Amino acid sequence: MSTLPPFTKADALASVEKLHHRSPGAKLWSWRYIILRRISQFGILLMFFGTAHWGWQVAKDVPLLIGNLSASKFIGLIPLTDPFAALQIFLTGHALQSESLIGAAVVLGFYLLIGGRMFCAWACPVNMVTDAAGWLRDKLGIQPIFHLPRTLRYFILAATLVITVISGLAAFEWVSPIGMAHREIIFGLGMGFTALLAIFLFDLLILKNGWCGHLCPLGGFYSLVGKSAQLRVRFDKNTCTHCGECAKVCPEPQVLNLKKLEESGYVFSGECSNCGRCTPICPEGSLKFDFKPLIRSHNMHADAIAVQRRTR
Amino acid sequence: MAEKGPGGLDPKRRDFLVKMAQGAALAGTGGLLWDYILRSEARAAPFALRPPGALAEDDFNAACIKCGQCVVDCPPKILKLEPAGGALPIGTPFYEARTGPCTMCPDIPCMKACPTGALSPNLKKIEDARMGLAVIDIENCLSYKGLRCEICHRECPLKGKAITLETHPRQTSKHAMFIPLVHSDACTGCGICEKACPTDIAAIRILPHKLVQGKIGEHYRLGWTFDTEVTQDFKQAPQAAPSSTPEPGGKPGGLDYLNEGGL
Repeated sequence: MSTLPPFTKADALASVEKLHHRSPGAKLWSWRYIILRRISQFGILLMFFGTAHWGWQVAKDVPLLIGNLSASKFIGLIPLTDPFAALQIFLTGHALQSESLIGAAVVLGFYLLIGGRMFCAWACPVNMVTDAAGWLRDKLGIQPIFHLPRTLRYFILAATLVITVISGLAAFEWVSPIGMAHREIIFGLGMGFTALLAIFLFDLLILKNGWCGHLCPLGGFYSLVGKSAQLRVRFDKNTCTHCGECAKVCPEPQVLNLKKLEESGYVFSGECSNCGRCTPICPEGSLKFDFKPLIRSHNMHADAIAVQRRTR
Repeated sequence: MAEKGPGGLDPKRRDFLVKMAQGAALAGTGGLLWDYILRSEARAAPFALRPPGALAEDDFNAACIKCGQCVVDCPPKILKLEPAGGALPIGTPFYEARTGPCTMCPDIPCMKACPTGALSPNLKKIEDARMGLAVIDIENCLSYKGLRCEICHRECPLKGKAITLETHPRQTSKHAMFIPLVHSDACTGCGICEKACPTDIAAIRILPHKLVQGKIGEHYRLGWTFDTEVTQDFKQAPQAAPSSTPEPGGKPGGLDYLNEGGL
């Protein structure tokens, strides 16, 4: 283990200064992942909506994307199933048909590869609501009333499975604001928007990142799935000045524990949603999206260069 | 142990046990509440009409993933997903016979779209679907009033099987009554009759079987029907017939009491 480059407080302050004096173009460019995420989230919704209401097809009688986030069929061929919903239905004692099992395997495999909580930041419609609440909360400078442990979601996840077995009903699917939002946008409005409003107010006024970061069992499920993710944020300890700007914008700041990042060289926690807030904000470019095998070789390479510089 | 807290326990151990109990209490109350919400949501309204092939209501509620693929694939677009806050279980597909009855597509596309099997692929022919049962309000049915209506019979896709007409001749100045009769062995519950019924509020309605259908006991023997097997049920029971000996206490036995005009 090589020693860290001796960055001082002044270096960190200089980094922050650098951030504040970005050109408007650079500032706009730093929003690229947010814009891409919104395109992804709206695009997914639009594909579902367009297929349901405007009969969007890729070819004759081959609909584009039928269903919603719980289960769907892409181009009439690839079944997609929410693996958490499938797990719950399995626990009710119902033997799932092969189509939903294949669909769950496809989705699970995809998120095992790229990071489970990519779903949260790139597909889930509730994320748009909680992002808006978080943004407004920062603007208004609202202080927290109380704190909850972020591990709470794993307890709620466990409770979901236990209650599913007891009640014989898919416990989260019946109360999920994610499902409500998607269903009611695609299949007709009901009281589901009140759940979204409640989440917005909860995140805005009560607990920062309350729903996505503390409560949602689907987020907890995908956090566990994301442990094996290959697409991760690479951390370059040789350039980081510890200015802390990344943790300020991160909705899950516990994943940016710099001590642990220095050891691993990348954000390894499954709770990271690959939302891309930290990578453009980093004034030193120490955080970058990369694939795990590439991260390893890159870090070895960067270390070698740093050692060379120091020994020169 | 040098220090003992209340209850003679090591304070650390006591703290731990209390924390455990608190956690369990929180999980227990929260879980019970959650369970209660689920059950009341699922079982509040047993009158939903489900797409063809749907499993029995409890199994259907467990198996449906609420994806809406049946809704999108339904050619006449009669299926809907119940939004939150509605009367029916949240997110599940249903149709309303009066406004949009099932058109009984022979290839059953809604069932084929279902990924979980909540709409069971065991349904091979749409005529075998049992979505509900047509029930006639004989007080408001025009045919029962002696008018020539019979629209339900004429519109029924299984005319002559699911709905038949029974003629009741009347006096010479009036035409005969043509009474529609629904047969549960053929009625699929598609609801075309309910849609067609000309009364202000439909006099023929589709309801789930368990809300309307009775069941006779196993012991009934309909001796006059050909398919009832002849049994020896009329043999005397092994025990002696009710005796005419007075019951203990001096009162006459039940039979004597009645036969001797004791009433």
